[in-house]
Amino acid sequence: MVTKRLLFFFPRCETEKPIVYHLVKDFDLEINIFRAKVTPDEEGYLVLDLTGNEANIDKGIAWLVGFGVEVREQDKGLRWDQERCVSCGNCIPHCPTKALRFEEDKRTLGFDGAKCIVCLNCIPNCPYGACSSMF
Amino acid sequence: MEQIKSVSEINARIEKGKAVVMTAEEVIGYVERKGLEAAAKEIDVVTTATFGPMCSSGAFLNVGHSKPKIRITEATLDDVEAYAGVAAVDLYIGATQLPVNSPKNSYFPGEFRFGGGHIIEKLVRGESVRLFARSYGTEDYPVKEISTEITLADLNQAIMTNPRNCYQNYNVAINSSAETLYTYLGALKPNFGSIGYSSAGQLSPLLNDPYYRSIGIGSKVWLAGAPGIVYAAGTQHSPDAERGENGVPVDGAGTLGLTADMKQMLPEFVRGVSIKGYGVSLSLGIAIPIPITSLEVLKWCTVRDEEIFAPVIDYAVDYPQATGKMLTRVNYAELRRGEVRLFDRLIETGSFSSYEKALKAANLLADSIRAGEFTVNAPVMSLPTQGSSRPMKIVPPQGV
Repeated sequence: MVTKRLLFFFPRCETEKPIVYHLVKDFDLEINIFRAKVTPDEEGYLVLDLTGNEANIDKGIAWLVGFGVEVREQDKGLRWDQERCVSCGNCIPHCPTKALRFEEDKRTLGFDGAKCIVCLNCIPNCPYGACSSMF
Repeated sequence: MEQIKSVSEINARIEKGKAVVMTAEEVIGYVERKGLEAAAKEIDVVTTATFGPMCSSGAFLNVGHSKPKIRITEATLDDVEAYAGVAAVDLYIGATQLPVNSPKNSYFPGEFRFGGGHIIEKLVRGESVRLFARSYGTEDYPVKEISTEITLADLNQAIMTNPRNCYQNYNVAINSSAETLYTYLGALKPNFGSIGYSSAGQLSPLLNDPYYRSIGIGSKVWLAGAPGIVYAAGTQHSPDAERGENGVPVDGAGTLGLTADMKQMLPEFVRGVSIKGYGVSLSLGIAIPIPITSLEVLKWCTVRDEEIFAPVIDYAVDYPQATGKMLTRVNYAELRRGEVRLFDRLIETGSFSSYEKALKAANLLADSIRAGEFTVNAPVMSLPTQGSSRPMKIVPPQGV
């Protein structure tokens, strides 16, 4: 059993498919959704954890890619702009999973996309507008 | 205080490209290894620095005379009001000014995405800003309205003039209430859930010169990359603040009024700031050199984060009500560690100042001193070493 945190981006035409149902039923995957924006006739986004047998996860992803869904592993929908970030650390107490934290040197801020749950708390708590959401 | 080197001897070494320069961080370990006396003979200059929101900042802009002329009485820059009561085409844009139609805190907490600090950032970046100006019209200045685009390069002068920067030390904010509290030190979690602070600690200029012996009126500074000076003691300068055994204030204390040419500034160190539920401001990177003229001056430069204490203040009650109450004191080593043990629990800290950017500013200044491009000086006048900021006197209106 492995867990992969992924972002799915649906083109406009594919938001009608009940894809979570198919991932559970056809590929035997456990699904934990963090954030979703799916509006009929518009582009859609889904950020979730897929848990299951690795081969099934790969098959599920291949099925999604097959009808035009983009699957992103690094990018979870939260953008952290390193150029705008000044490493002040005001966001740190507001990031529940420590995705935003100081590096070993205790002064340079870093963002670990793998830990981000896209709660978006960082956005209003960055005085410099370094954090933004893709959707 | 026995002098071991004069400022002119130090400048002669700077001009030859032979000056020994260290940041206020590097000097701590160096003095520990070499001993104070040996290190003092060797080191010419220590660079101090800070980076963080500096309310009480702004800039005088001379926008040039239009043809025909206007004597501006009201002006906005990208809809942010600039003060026009200075002269015909001189304006002052303040860091905390909001756009004319800003919803402010009408829908609480307001976002405050844009304001005076952002106008200053845009200008330093070389971006254009829309100037809208009005006048009542006079015989010598007939034009009554103007709308145009301006850039920093178009301005005759852009003189950043900040009444209060470089607070010697600062409050540490905490929230005793049951709701999130939106302050200028960040959003504070309820029930003492988080801490907000803002100081470069051991790097900060006036924490390395606690009694203002090296930094004073006329001292040269590096203001966001531009050569500038301390033109006055800053507003709210309060040298009478309580001090620890090392002479370092354990409260706000001293401040500096700074000025420099905006046209020479680096955009990286001039940043508009949006503080949710509070307002806008301007973050600046500032570095100030301390010429090492005596053992005592060097000793003060070796101050460490763990020796600098700041007051923890409840921003839910004691700060807004000005009760003067302080909960406890913590040091900057604890704050920078990310968690402080208070009231038998660990509380996460969030900082509004950037140690990384402050260190970068200190290193950039050190590099230009080493390269012989930036000489140092002694103050023309000392900053006041006595006095404190008084509260406002409230006189109710009479006979209305």
